Amino acid sequence: MLKLKRGLSLLATLPLVFSLSACAGQIGGSGGSLLDTIKSRGKLICGVSGQLPGFSYVKSNGEYAGLDVDVCRAIAAAIFNDPNKVDFRNLNSKERFTALQTGEVDILSRNTTWSMSRDTSIGIKFTAVVFYDGQGIMVKKNSGIQKLEDLKGKSICIGTGTTNEQNLTDQMRQRGVNYKPLVFEDANTVFATYEQGRCEGVTADRSQLVSRRTTLSKPDDHVVLETVLSKEPLTPAVVNGDSKWFDMVRWTIFALINAEELGVNSQNVGQLANSNNPEVKRLLGTEGNLGKGMGLTNDFVVHIIKNVGNYGEIYERNLGKNSELKLERGPNKLWNQGGILYAPPFR
Amino acid sequence: MTPIWRNRKFFPILGQVIAAFIVAIIVMILWHNLIYNLHRLGLQLGFDFLQFQASFDIGETPIPYKSSDSYSRALLVGLVNSLRVIVFGIILATIIGITVGVGRLSDNWLVRQLALVYVEILRNTPLLLQLFFWYFAVFLTLPKTENQISLLGFININNRGVTLPFGIELSSELSTLILGLTLYTGAFIAEIVRAGILSVPKGQWEAARALGFKPNLMLRLVIFPQALRLIIPPLTSQYLNLAKNSSLAIAIGYPDIYFVASTTFNQTGRSVEVILLIMVTYLTISLIISSGMNLLNRSVQLKER
Repeated sequence: MLKLKRGLSLLATLPLVFSLSACAGQIGGSGGSLLDTIKSRGKLICGVSGQLPGFSYVKSNGEYAGLDVDVCRAIAAAIFNDPNKVDFRNLNSKERFTALQTGEVDILSRNTTWSMSRDTSIGIKFTAVVFYDGQGIMVKKNSGIQKLEDLKGKSICIGTGTTNEQNLTDQMRQRGVNYKPLVFEDANTVFATYEQGRCEGVTADRSQLVSRRTTLSKPDDHVVLETVLSKEPLTPAVVNGDSKWFDMVRWTIFALINAEELGVNSQNVGQLANSNNPEVKRLLGTEGNLGKGMGLTNDFVVHIIKNVGNYGEIYERNLGKNSELKLERGPNKLWNQGGILYAPPFR
Repeated sequence: MTPIWRNRKFFPILGQVIAAFIVAIIVMILWHNLIYNLHRLGLQLGFDFLQFQASFDIGETPIPYKSSDSYSRALLVGLVNSLRVIVFGIILATIIGITVGVGRLSDNWLVRQLALVYVEILRNTPLLLQLFFWYFAVFLTLPKTENQISLLGFININNRGVTLPFGIELSSELSTLILGLTLYTGAFIAEIVRAGILSVPKGQWEAARALGFKPNLMLRLVIFPQALRLIIPPLTSQYLNLAKNSSLAIAIGYPDIYFVASTTFNQTGRSVEVILLIMVTYLTISLIISSGMNLLNRSVQLKER
């Protein structure tokens, strides 16, 4: 009996040993920051959608492109001075947060809305808004539908895993309009079903509707209604409890916006390092020690702008004039040009 | 006094104790890891969120539901939607399976070939693909409500769904799901029925013929009761498959329990709790089906007297 007991007590200590070793292998726990992990790994792992022209999609030459993609490239440029040291992982809207929580991706840059419940209850932190969006509804031009009330008794196609379901419900409840939601897992199915005429309307963020309209067989037959149902500030997110990495992502985005405000772009960034404007000097690291304080080089913003351009360049390339979407900048203009884009200063 | 390890039962029992221990330890490690990591993210396990307001609409509500109801109410709506599909699916798949299974053994060459083609096509393509086919290529290409197809004057079919008499309306999504699951599972059941019938010894057929049974009576009174002994156990598996496959509903926009749980998970961020809920739900459904079929199985087994 004695022998058996000893064996049991040995076995009973096993979980303790295992759990200790399990703790030792944790990422981003106490101690090192994700930033150090990324540096030693030699590349950034970035979670994107991969299916949304303008934000993140794969071009015909196999390269990723879009606003969300360029945010990750900017971060890679800041750390490695090389915008291509990024691995992109396609995530659908349902799995995106889990992938971020478990450390499968370093950053979630996937047209994701910053909302209170997401920020406070699922263990992630939102960094800085990269695109001010709002939910809209697309209908067929000849349907005669002009406002939400016209959708009474009609079906509306939606994708699951987003804030869209809840927003639509809120707006319709407020107006007392009864409608039928038709919810699908896959965004492609949402728009295919709408195009087949099963739903009178389809709802998503307005930028997404404009982006998706280009993929329909007759884009001109469809119109995005004027009504904006919600505020959708699209914001890259990182995991909770790693302030060093959080700061790094947040100030990379602020650098893109400030660069545009100060007139620094990919063409002139080389000459402007010696400008006589102290703000520009601090931004580009020829004065002060802002980069060192974050664990980077002082000229990290030079690397960013040289490789991916400032916010304005990124916008026009992916969503604006130089893209297929031709999306007006609207609220995404700088604060001193009639928009609401406002980044804290580099001081 | 012989020492305990000389007892013949000692080592087998010790082996089982150790095995049970190892399993328990692995479960403990996994659980501890989960709690530790949730804690690291500042998250706690708990089901309090089920009482919060759901604030999303559901397209098909067989029981009263509004968006101001709680998540648990929404999940109940999803469960009822799932059960609708499972119950109708099981009944219809059984009817189709028996019909086609008997057809595979028909004396008529054409019926035999048709049944064979049906079984082989349906059995050898993925169910998800079939659901998409029924949805996009069949239901959504039906005419719009204005010029709908009328069958016998009281069944109306258009791309919104099927309207039956007595005010029964089946949406395209529900129709697609029931049709797809039924035809797919029916093909498997047909093979099971065929095997069961073929398992009845030739002598039984001859004896029934000698007694002057007509073909349909022979099947019903002599062959089928004996074939059932072989049919029921694999049939149970097919019913379980149908129940689990009904979770593909979300692909074609039918709001089943899995869909409601997905939205709940998305809005609350409680992935672990919601996954546990779904697992327990499907497990319960499966166990109910199993135990019902086991009762049925016992009633058709040979009674040894």
